Order: sequence, then C-alpha cells, then structure tokens
Amino acid sequence: MRDVAVIAFAQSLVGHDREHNEVELISPVVQAAVSQSGIARHDIGFTVSGSCDYLSGGPFTFVQGLDAVGAWPPIKESHVEMDAAWALYEAWVAIQVGDVDSALIYGFGKSSTTDVHEVFSLQNDPYYVAPLWPSTIDMAALQACAALHAGVTTERDIAEFSAACHRAARSNPHAIAAADVSADEVLAAPMTHPPLRDADIAPITDGAVAVVIAAAAVARSVCDRPAWIRGIEHRIEPQALGVRDLTASASTRAAAEAAGVGDAPVEVAEIHAQFGHEGPLLARALGLGADTVVNPSGGPLGANPLMSAGLIRIGEVAERIWDGGVGRGVAHATQGPCLQQNLVCVLEGEGS
Amino acid sequence: MLVESHVLEYPGGYTRSVGPIVGRFLTGLRDAEIVGARASDGRVIVPPLEYDPTTAEPIGEFVDVGPGGAVTAWTWVAEPRPTKSPLDDPFAFALVLLDGADTPMLHAVDVDGPDAMSVGMRVEPRWRAERVGSIRDIAAFVPEGSAGPTPESPAPTTEEREPVTGIVSPVRLEYEINAGVAQTKYLRGLAEGKVIGQRAKDSDQVYVPPRGTDPTTGVLTEIDVEVADSGTVTTFCVVNVPGLSELAPEIPYVCAQILLDGGNTPWFGLVQGIEADDVHMGMRVKAVWADELEASAASIKWFEPTGEADAPYESYREYA
Repeated sequence: MRDVAVIAFAQSLVGHDREHNEVELISPVVQAAVSQSGIARHDIGFTVSGSCDYLSGGPFTFVQGLDAVGAWPPIKESHVEMDAAWALYEAWVAIQVGDVDSALIYGFGKSSTTDVHEVFSLQNDPYYVAPLWPSTIDMAALQACAALHAGVTTERDIAEFSAACHRAARSNPHAIAAADVSADEVLAAPMTHPPLRDADIAPITDGAVAVVIAAAAVARSVCDRPAWIRGIEHRIEPQALGVRDLTASASTRAAAEAAGVGDAPVEVAEIHAQFGHEGPLLARALGLGADTVVNPSGGPLGANPLMSAGLIRIGEVAERIWDGGVGRGVAHATQGPCLQQNLVCVLEGEGS
Repeated sequence: MLVESHVLEYPGGYTRSVGPIVGRFLTGLRDAEIVGARASDGRVIVPPLEYDPTTAEPIGEFVDVGPGGAVTAWTWVAEPRPTKSPLDDPFAFALVLLDGADTPMLHAVDVDGPDAMSVGMRVEPRWRAERVGSIRDIAAFVPEGSAGPTPESPAPTTEEREPVTGIVSPVRLEYEINAGVAQTKYLRGLAEGKVIGQRAKDSDQVYVPPRGTDPTTGVLTEIDVEVADSGTVTTFCVVNVPGLSELAPEIPYVCAQILLDGGNTPWFGLVQGIEADDVHMGMRVKAVWADELEASAASIKWFEPTGEADAPYESYREYA
C-alpha cells in the first residue's frame, strides 16, 4: 500500500444560489484547493468528480464541470454519478495502482433547482417502488420508525443528535442551518414526517467541494502535517428495503471493520447523517464511543450539498488533523435510500 | 439572473420489460393476487426479486401471500404529490409484512390521519377495478376488514389475459435552471443587439458565448468583451434532413461555425441568403437580427454573406 494523504480542501455552500451556474460554483473552489495544495494544476496527475445529472435535469451535464478545472492540455479525468467521496476512493485506487502521485477530486450540485426529495425517488426499484413516488424523506422516516420500534434508538437520542448538529454548525462558516437549539426544543416541535421533525431533516443546499490527495513523497513536500488515509472502504446492501435490516447499517459496520476504525480511539467522526435517526444508527455501526466528537462541523444537518456532502466529511476531518487538534478521525459518506451504500475513511496525523 | 423553467419528461412514459419474475408478480396483481418467491434460505420475499439477495442464486418457487398483513414501519405524508402519490388525500407510507411473507413491502395505507397508524396494525389491500399489472393495482392498504369486495376488472380480452411483460412509467420532473452570471450577461446583451463575450484576467482569449470560466485554466472569466456581429465561417455542414426542429429552415440549409471578429471561439449559426452550395470556409458573414430582440438565441436569426473578400486561411486555421 502507498501512503496517501489529504492535503487540500475547499468548499462553497449556499442555501439557494440564484446567481451562479454550476461551472461558476465549482471554479473558485477548485482554484482554492489547487492553490492550497501547493502543486501546480498540471502536475496533478488525475482529476475525478462526483455529481448527479438528475440535479440539473439534463444528460451528461457533469461534462460542463470540466470547464471549471482546466482541461487543456488534455488531462486524465473520470467521473462518478455518486457523492464525490466515491470519486476520492477512485483517486486513491489510481494512486495505489501507481498511475499517478496526486489527484484533484471535486463534487458539485444545486439541490435548489428542483424538488430533490422527489427526484431521488427515481433511484428506487423502477417496478415496485418508484411508481409510488416515496420521497427520500418518506424513506428515511420509515427507517427511523423501524429503528425506534426495534429499540435501537429513542426519540430523545435522535433529538439530541439533531440539536447537537445544529449547535455545532454555529461555528462552521459554511453551514446554513445553524441554531442554538436544545433536544427539548426539537422534541417540542411537531413530527412533520413522523417520526421525523424538521430539525431532523438536512437543509436544501447548493454547493461545491474540492479536495487534493497525494502520495507520501508529494504530500510531505507540500504539507506540514498531511492527513494520512489509513483505511478507506465502501460496502453496499441490497436495494429492496424489505430484505435489509433497516435498524442496523450492516454495510457501514462492514466498511468500518475493513477500514480499521476500531483499531485505535477515534477522536472525531464526521458522518454523512442527513436525517436525525441516522446519527445514532451510524454511531452504533461505526462502533463510536461516547468520547468521540461527532460532526463538529454540524454535518449534513448543518449544510447538505448533494453529491458533495460525503467528500466534505473527509475534508472536515482532514482540516482538524492539519491544524494539530486531532490525531485520528473517521469520515463517513452514504448513498442510496436508507443508508444503502456506505464509505468509511480513517484519517491520521503523522505519528498517530 | 435569468431563470428558465425546464421539464424533464419522456412523452408517453418509459416502457420497461419486466421479465418472468417481476412479470409473475405484476400478473398476479392484475388478478388481485399477491405472490412472493422463496429464497435459498427458505424466506419468502415479497415482492419477488429475480435473484436471492443474499446468495445471488436464482429464486425458487412462487408462493401466494396475504392478502392480510401487518405494518412494520410507517410515516405520514401530509402533502401528497399531485399526479404522483398513490393517493390524492394525505396518507401513510408503510412497510407491510403480508401473511406468509418474510420481507415487508412498501405501499400506501389509506386512513384518516397519523393517529390511525401504528406498528403492528393489521391491513389488507384495496384493489383498483381497472388493473393493468402495476404496483398501483393496489390502490392502497386499508385497515383489515374495511377493503370491501374486490372489484372485478372489466372482462379481459385474450391479449389482456397474457402474462404481463412490461410496464409504462410516466416520469415528469420540473426544474428552474439559473443561467449563471456569464450567460445572463450574454443573453441580456442579445436583447440589446450586442454580442458579449468574456475573458479571464490573465488571458487574451475571448469566449463567446461565455460560460463563466476559461475552460483551458478553469479560471472565472470576469472581464466582459463586446465582439462584432460579423465574422468568418471556419467550417460548416449542409443539412439535407427535413424536420430536425420546428425552427429549422427549408432544406437544404447550412449550419456553420462562425469566428466572430474579436472572439476566440467559433460560434454556431445558420447561414442564409446564399445557395447552400456556395457557402465555403473563409466566407465573411454578418448576423441578421430579429425584428423583436429578446434575451435568447432567437435574437439572431441567421448570418448572411457580407460580400467582403474571403478571410485568409491562416487567420482562422486554429479554429477550423
């Protein structure tokens, strides 16, 4: 295995960007990350993005993103129709294979252009589920109901997690749903999507993220304290809700075990929990203890740019390692209805 | 900024082949019956999947299940989606474990309000009269004992008695697309009879229409540059296919790449006012503007020859 580290991270988030198109959203973020990396743009060996054409409503619209990354002379490039955390996984594999020593990863999407909760209904089984048009919130609420009924979490656990995320978001300049709110205040609000309340549902967010990763020699030459990727794994479960155990995220657990989450204490975890109940469920599946600080950025409940929010989790952990505040952290990303597919990334500072 | 409504819809809906497993389930629904399939571990999976989700083995025999069952999870939909949700009035989505099944299925439950819902409650399907072989042949589940008699489908034709082999899925998504800073300037320029390009601070390359960045560097193009509405044909094609667009002229007509004077990216336009056979590379042309200008590409109707001498090949070879 080659040692690979996260060396740069930039993001730009806004609730509803009425000014810029996607290209204009990506460009400053990519420029910032490349500049921060200390590597000249054309010395970065690989470029890979994550986005979803359904967000912009046109086929192959992800290709427009290339206008924002400087693709001349021609570059080695790829794209995943997934959260950009999976683009980072592809870049990590490319570096492991030895093709390249560094990679630029970016994710982007405007969730405000349409009803995203309805659009993502189309990712469901086209014969049995999609014709009923359950929204992503409806699906999540069914999982929350199942988890509560099974006793793996409680209404108060969910409210504590959601409230903590909104409070933590106050110290994140990129967050858009920050609030000084207590669990009691969350519990006092009505269940708009029983058993979920509005505070349990991530806000609609437009945004872009860019990250640069590099193999050891490059990383050490440009970064004082690289955030080393010590484990990165992803696992997927069957699509049909009925055949999955919705009360435990088996794929998160499997990815966490494979990535070595439990090999040493986890100081910080940034988890891709877009709904309140996913906090307790994922903490359990990741094996996090009470001493792990979860979502100090506020997480997706603070800001949830679709197709970027997973990669942002990796960036948020890396940033805390760069500044020396954290020695070991875990980032988690998810895709698909009810936590169908999960990626877990263990990051460490030098000597951890 | 300019905002445009955009609808993503395929006329008549997407047609999908269902195959023998899904087809068997949907054929059952048409007959007001629900079947599951036995997996390798003996579990009865409903609705049936083509392959065992654990072992990927082909699934085994079909098994009749239901019609009654119990809710294992539910949520309330206070605002149904017109033309999409299974019911027009507020309803519950639920996972329903049918009697004889080992996996629950997603469907709607029609009750008056969330207070009528609970995990464990018994439900049964309320069937549509017009059943076509769709998951929506079940109108909704309702509390057990309240569905009433199953309505008879109208007498089926021979063809309608054949197994279900396909479904039609209507999909309509609505968007509001924001043109962005650069394209908004460009489109508003057209409304004033101007062609506005842009360049980045560190480059002399003028992009028209501008898309927001210099694509060679990815840097934002923040400097506006008005370019001429005349230019040089760098390459072209003669269209002999009728009916490509309602806006298309009579065939044959010419589509050309036109390098506008002052710009560095060829611009797509029609060439009229000359026989198609006489259009050639290097020909000098000028825009013919519409009588009513608007913030859209329709403001320039087409290009016509200026009568100037052809531009030398060297002046546009980089763009041809």
